[in-house]
Amino acid sequence: MKVLAGLLCSLLWSFVGPSLAAEQGDLIDTLSEELRNRKTVEQAIDKIAESESERRALWLEAILEGNLYVRKSDKKAVFAVKEGSGFSLTAASDDASLGTVGKREVSKVKINNALRGKLRTALAQLALTNPDPQKRLAAVEQMLGDLDDDKADAIRQLEKDEPDADVKSLMGLAGSIYQLTVGAKEQKLAVIDSLGINTRPIVVQRLEMLALSDDAEVAASASNMLKKIRSRISLFEKVETLLFGLSLGSVLAMAAIGLAITFGVMGVINMAHGEMIMIGAYCTWFLQHMLPGFIEYSLIVAIPLAFSLTFIVGMVIEFFVIRHLYGRPLETLLATFGISLLLQQTVRTLVSPQNVPVSNPSWLTGQLQIDPALSIAVNRLVIFVFCLLVFAVLMWLLKKTFFGLKVRAVSQNRQMARAMGAQSSRIDAMTFGLGAGIAGVAGVALSQLTNVGPNMGQAYIVDSFMVVVFGGVGNLWGTLLAGLSLGIVNKFLEPWVGAVVAKIVVLVFIILFIQRYPRGLFPQRGRAAGN
Amino acid sequence: MKSTIVGSLMAAGLLISQASMAADPIKVGVLHSLSGTMAISETTLKDTMLMLVEQQNAKGGLLGRELEAVVVDPASDWPLFAEKARELIEVEKVDAVFGAWTSVSRKSVLPVFEELDSILFYPVQYEGEESSKNVFYTGAAPNQQAIPAVDYLKDDIGVERWVLAGTDYVYPRTTNKILEAYLKDNGVAEEDILINYTPFGHSDWQSIVSSIKKFGSEGKKTAVVSTINGDANVPFYKELGNQNVSAEDIPVVAFSVGEEELSGIDTAPLVGHLAAWNYFMSVDTPENDEFINTWQKFIGSDERVSNDPMEAHYIGFNMWVQAVEKAGTTEPAAVQDALIGVTVPNLTGGTSEMLANHHITKPVLIGEIQDDGQFDVVWETEDLVPGDAWSDFLPDSKDIISDWTAPVSCGNYNKVTEQCSGQNY
Repeated sequence: MKVLAGLLCSLLWSFVGPSLAAEQGDLIDTLSEELRNRKTVEQAIDKIAESESERRALWLEAILEGNLYVRKSDKKAVFAVKEGSGFSLTAASDDASLGTVGKREVSKVKINNALRGKLRTALAQLALTNPDPQKRLAAVEQMLGDLDDDKADAIRQLEKDEPDADVKSLMGLAGSIYQLTVGAKEQKLAVIDSLGINTRPIVVQRLEMLALSDDAEVAASASNMLKKIRSRISLFEKVETLLFGLSLGSVLAMAAIGLAITFGVMGVINMAHGEMIMIGAYCTWFLQHMLPGFIEYSLIVAIPLAFSLTFIVGMVIEFFVIRHLYGRPLETLLATFGISLLLQQTVRTLVSPQNVPVSNPSWLTGQLQIDPALSIAVNRLVIFVFCLLVFAVLMWLLKKTFFGLKVRAVSQNRQMARAMGAQSSRIDAMTFGLGAGIAGVAGVALSQLTNVGPNMGQAYIVDSFMVVVFGGVGNLWGTLLAGLSLGIVNKFLEPWVGAVVAKIVVLVFIILFIQRYPRGLFPQRGRAAGN
Repeated sequence: MKSTIVGSLMAAGLLISQASMAADPIKVGVLHSLSGTMAISETTLKDTMLMLVEQQNAKGGLLGRELEAVVVDPASDWPLFAEKARELIEVEKVDAVFGAWTSVSRKSVLPVFEELDSILFYPVQYEGEESSKNVFYTGAAPNQQAIPAVDYLKDDIGVERWVLAGTDYVYPRTTNKILEAYLKDNGVAEEDILINYTPFGHSDWQSIVSSIKKFGSEGKKTAVVSTINGDANVPFYKELGNQNVSAEDIPVVAFSVGEEELSGIDTAPLVGHLAAWNYFMSVDTPENDEFINTWQKFIGSDERVSNDPMEAHYIGFNMWVQAVEKAGTTEPAAVQDALIGVTVPNLTGGTSEMLANHHITKPVLIGEIQDDGQFDVVWETEDLVPGDAWSDFLPDSKDIISDWTAPVSCGNYNKVTEQCSGQNY
């Protein structure tokens, strides 16, 4: 192998030509020994950052991303990309391809958190002149926290010619923040005024320091501004809690909607509801597992797949078990509980008792920043919208289609519906399948937020029943509103009493509520309510 | 040196085995949940035990007799642990039991082992404050995991504010009590410690992560010490990623997240967060290489990982084998005495010893999570740390020691009053 690598090397050498490689590549290869050693890697990074090499940003980035390796045979620094069980290598010095090697033939340049911070700062300085405004913005953002004379000067220089408005204003902010630490009294006062109500943590920290300063005027001005900022932040905190509540509520509602159909509309106590969610989540995993190149689209494909699969599973359960137990709620409860255990153990045996990894597509990661003190996670937002969408489709299906009409007819008065020509057994199977299918779709959404494993359904079954009962059995609107309001109540209680007690308080509240209003928030009215 | 010992053992074993392999096998009980919520962690330990027994039999068994593993499934049901333990000892007549994971399952089987005077090897890190005559703790005590991890954050990372986040049950509660006392002894102010408990399987971390973020954005370097258990970790780390809390800003050091837990998740948002253990799969020693190769061959997949509790069983099993050979019998009472002072190589290049308090010496390693689900060791103790059953940082237990050798022979002995509390553990 060594001989081969040597051969390859010399072969490449002759192609690339010694002059080019010698100019730029020398540095990284001479540092390879230092890079490999944990004790000297920091010096090596400093040397790279201080060097004038055109490739230094590439190298620093590779170290940060964990792509820079050292080939053991000749101490050559290489970029490595995983390929099968080994790595495909390119020279760090000049991007020349060096073929593939086994994983034991190269060693990774290892870094820790402190070095990661250092690398990011070094890269940020280099990225200040990056043509991409997003990169420049991130670079200034990264530097806000630790400015010194040189960095502040550099930013001030660049600010003059900065074409992008956002970057320019952030650069201005950086200058102002720096003035808060080093400026004269008048400058500080002016900056405090000009900053206005700015909720960035770094601004708050600087103002807190100034509020303790010896100069009474500066201290007063800073603490005055701090008060305003704090009241703005606490307002945002309330908004944030509300958003958290809506998000938790949408998860609860999402998990419960399927049950609202099987339990609410049909009156079947379906303990296997959680397992339908689990099957839906496993569909997502299965797709990602089978098509690792299409993570971005996996959710879109998983939704119809999960729906059809759980729809079929639901129909099968209905046909073989539930059909024979109508009007016997206790037996149904036991039978569906048995099915739930059966499904769990099946997954444990067929797949694994371990949780399976489901990755988030890139369009579902990140945040929408409304203010430095208020942002919404994209996946939470998407799930909230998705929950409303599923709900809308379901409403349409039940209220506006012929199938929906028959479902409502059978659930309200089975005998009469049959007399009018509705095939009640088929409708029952379809309705149960629909409830299971919706649970499967919920599973796809939940796979983005939580663990996917054989036990995941258990976590949702109690909450789902809670939501359906609280909202009023048989009322879909009730389920949605109950889910959202329970989510919000929970999130407002949580910072106040802690997560454990919040959960208990919510359960106690529901017990008391059901005592007073046994039919939930939105009781069924009319003839169907009689039984 | 090692190979010669193994070689001669094998040779001796072979000789004896041919002579008397027909004798009744020695039975070893394996008490790990194979179904229910804990199956996720415990199934692996059952397989580890089967592998160790198979290996020992390949070496010729023990005392010339074959070993036989008796596997039962306590199904993550704590009272069932006690029943199954009784069944193993009374009906199956096993000579030692390897098992239990959660502290509550250990507490549940403890009276059974004491009543029937058998032996239990417990392989998981735990909260301490216990030392039974019949239990050998091969996992870490708090001073072998939590305290060194806090020292690392304090001294090497410069952390000044602390979030102690845990699942609401006995291990996190006790560990956090010890850590809180320790931090206060070290001059950390009350308002720089935030303690937070969540229910088992907690999945909505939005407000907690938001409060951690706020707590950490007030200028002082902040870290999270996490005793969050099992499943709840994944949504916790995902939420940290969601809210842009990176390991560089607020590192999380976890005591319950190992290779096995990471193999079930997308590790991208976790890179740089920390874990403290006594073993990592990535440790580069010949013993570890051999262990991993054997394990992956045994389980038939080169994707499978190894983890800290597996190493604890490896150490515990080898200690038991050695103690049985030393005592010349599998009689639990004799083996209990013989176990104290036994030394066996661990997988991180050192030699672990069973101490008089039934805990063992272990190195402490801090690892950073990498994008491949492995840990990269960033810090380790210079020497092995002896396990301390009773924490020195809690007022109630700082005078208490455990010593199962004569003349003390007590798991709960007060050094000041020179009295044994009388309780067995």
